[in-house]
Amino acid sequence: MNQISDKKIFEVPLYAYERSPDQDAPAPVRHKVVVIGAGPIGLGAAIDLAQQGVEVVVLDDNDKVSFGSRAVCYAKRPLEILDRLGCGHEMVAKGVEWNLGKVFFDERQVYDFNLLPEGGHEFPAFINLQQYYFEEYMVNRVRAMQAEGAPIEIRGLNKVLSVKDKGDHVSLIVDTPDGDYTVEADWLIACDGAASPTRAMMGLDFVGRVFEDNFLIADVIMEADFPTERWFWFDPPFNRGQSALLHKQPDGVWRIDLQLGWDIDKEEEKKPENVIPRLKAMLGEDVKFELEWVSIYTFQCRRMEKFRHGRVIFAGDAAHQVSPFGARGANSGLQDTDNLGWKLKLVMEGTAPESLLDSYDVERVHGADENILNSSRSTDFITPKSEMSRVLRDAVLDLSEHYAFARPLVNSGRLSVPCTYDGSPLNTPDALPGGPARSRPGSPCADAPLGDGYLLPQLGDRFTLLTFGADAPESLEIDGVTVTRLALEASPEIAARYLGEAASAVYLIRPDQHVAARWPAYDAAAVETALKRAIGKE
Amino acid sequence: MSDLILTPNIPGADDFYAELLASHEGLSKAESDALNARLVLVLANHIGDRAVLSDALKAAALSKEDAA
Repeated sequence: MNQISDKKIFEVPLYAYERSPDQDAPAPVRHKVVVIGAGPIGLGAAIDLAQQGVEVVVLDDNDKVSFGSRAVCYAKRPLEILDRLGCGHEMVAKGVEWNLGKVFFDERQVYDFNLLPEGGHEFPAFINLQQYYFEEYMVNRVRAMQAEGAPIEIRGLNKVLSVKDKGDHVSLIVDTPDGDYTVEADWLIACDGAASPTRAMMGLDFVGRVFEDNFLIADVIMEADFPTERWFWFDPPFNRGQSALLHKQPDGVWRIDLQLGWDIDKEEEKKPENVIPRLKAMLGEDVKFELEWVSIYTFQCRRMEKFRHGRVIFAGDAAHQVSPFGARGANSGLQDTDNLGWKLKLVMEGTAPESLLDSYDVERVHGADENILNSSRSTDFITPKSEMSRVLRDAVLDLSEHYAFARPLVNSGRLSVPCTYDGSPLNTPDALPGGPARSRPGSPCADAPLGDGYLLPQLGDRFTLLTFGADAPESLEIDGVTVTRLALEASPEIAARYLGEAASAVYLIRPDQHVAARWPAYDAAAVETALKRAIGKE
Repeated sequence: MSDLILTPNIPGADDFYAELLASHEGLSKAESDALNARLVLVLANHIGDRAVLSDALKAAALSKEDAA
């Protein structure tokens, strides 16, 4: 765009093409894991595996980070996952934190809300951060790991042309500026986005609901005195019959989202001469701003029937696509790779049966369905699809100005919260009477203050036996898996989050910080059975 | 005697709203209006309390002197 003066990070090749020795090898080189796509999810998968010592090569058809801000909201759980991957703090330091949201209807503010995040967590409820920074910090993390000798590589301008599952490995043909080459992988993880070429090459389904609507996204740079709040408009005077959203990002960049309706000419609407008057109507004639990035999107809510297909595993938008309301895209994609990394490692080293990977399907399909349900409902509220739906929606908004009861019905996006894997085959039935429901088997562990720091950094990457006022061995070896004990004093936060009405507790925690089982006391046989179940051996 | 409840009181508000929208799916506007009218009468009968019903009518009218 001609308004841009300085070169942005997303215009600089961060992983420029370099000829790989694989391209000159006499026979195709076999890698442990190949990841397709160097977006947030592909990089998340690769860092997770390489951190566990699994050799991984990332192929990307581009050589730069995301063009434009794209995903901008990151929730607590993905930030905790990123912390485990070694780059959560950079994101928070750069990102914009917000707690206050305002809802407008027609010409007036109908109410405001405060997210009031629970205290005693290391990471905030939400940050806003441009996707290009997010990817840049992940690429920096990859470079730092490479400097320490971690087995991780990113190949820019490596476009995958074909994928063939050969039963015991996957064979890929990859196009580069020097022509194509064949490479093999024991396992392939496809993180190549909603339009996933891998999915298309394999002829796999991607079904769901199409929403007949278009949204204009504009990132504008302005020195404005709008506070750091999320503002959402239903049917405002500057965008009649539609919705609008204003969100702050770092560096004085503001995300503006304007609903346009269905029958529009996308190319026309994207032109600055058409975008600028819309923004002036919203921001005021006198506000000075510069356009950084403009895009128009439509969306669907859909998912693949299964995310695992033999040795090819799909994650992120490639596996499931949601509407953007509620920040469930990148956030849920990182929960996919969080779920997959440790399972793939155990299967690859022969500690767990291959069927453990089917639990990735069960758990993450459950997560995707939850996200699709929530984001479909938000979309139905924001863009009512019938006259009566609009009448009811407007009634809720009118009432919300006067009565608190109507506010929980207003749905401008339900903010992403992590999925509890209720009913997962890896869970052992809850055996802690009086234990808090939020920490039942399947739940992600809630953070809590611990000493000078926090609990979550002490968990993850391995199985942990978390004990509260209960004896247990310091370390256990069960079927080739090491379980390390972490004994905690019950601070008020820990008591509320892990003990509830129980006097003591023993939790078995998975490497992705989810609860596998819990009891009031240590029982060697029960822990062994639960561990075996958690690695797919039951 | 109880007062009209004007603070959040429906567990699973999103589930309820989705069910309400679903009950209107496929209906013409006239059919939807009729459904809403029947729904008001069913709910009013369930409430039963005349004073509460009068307060509810005032609350729904959003008249300024009665607005909280």
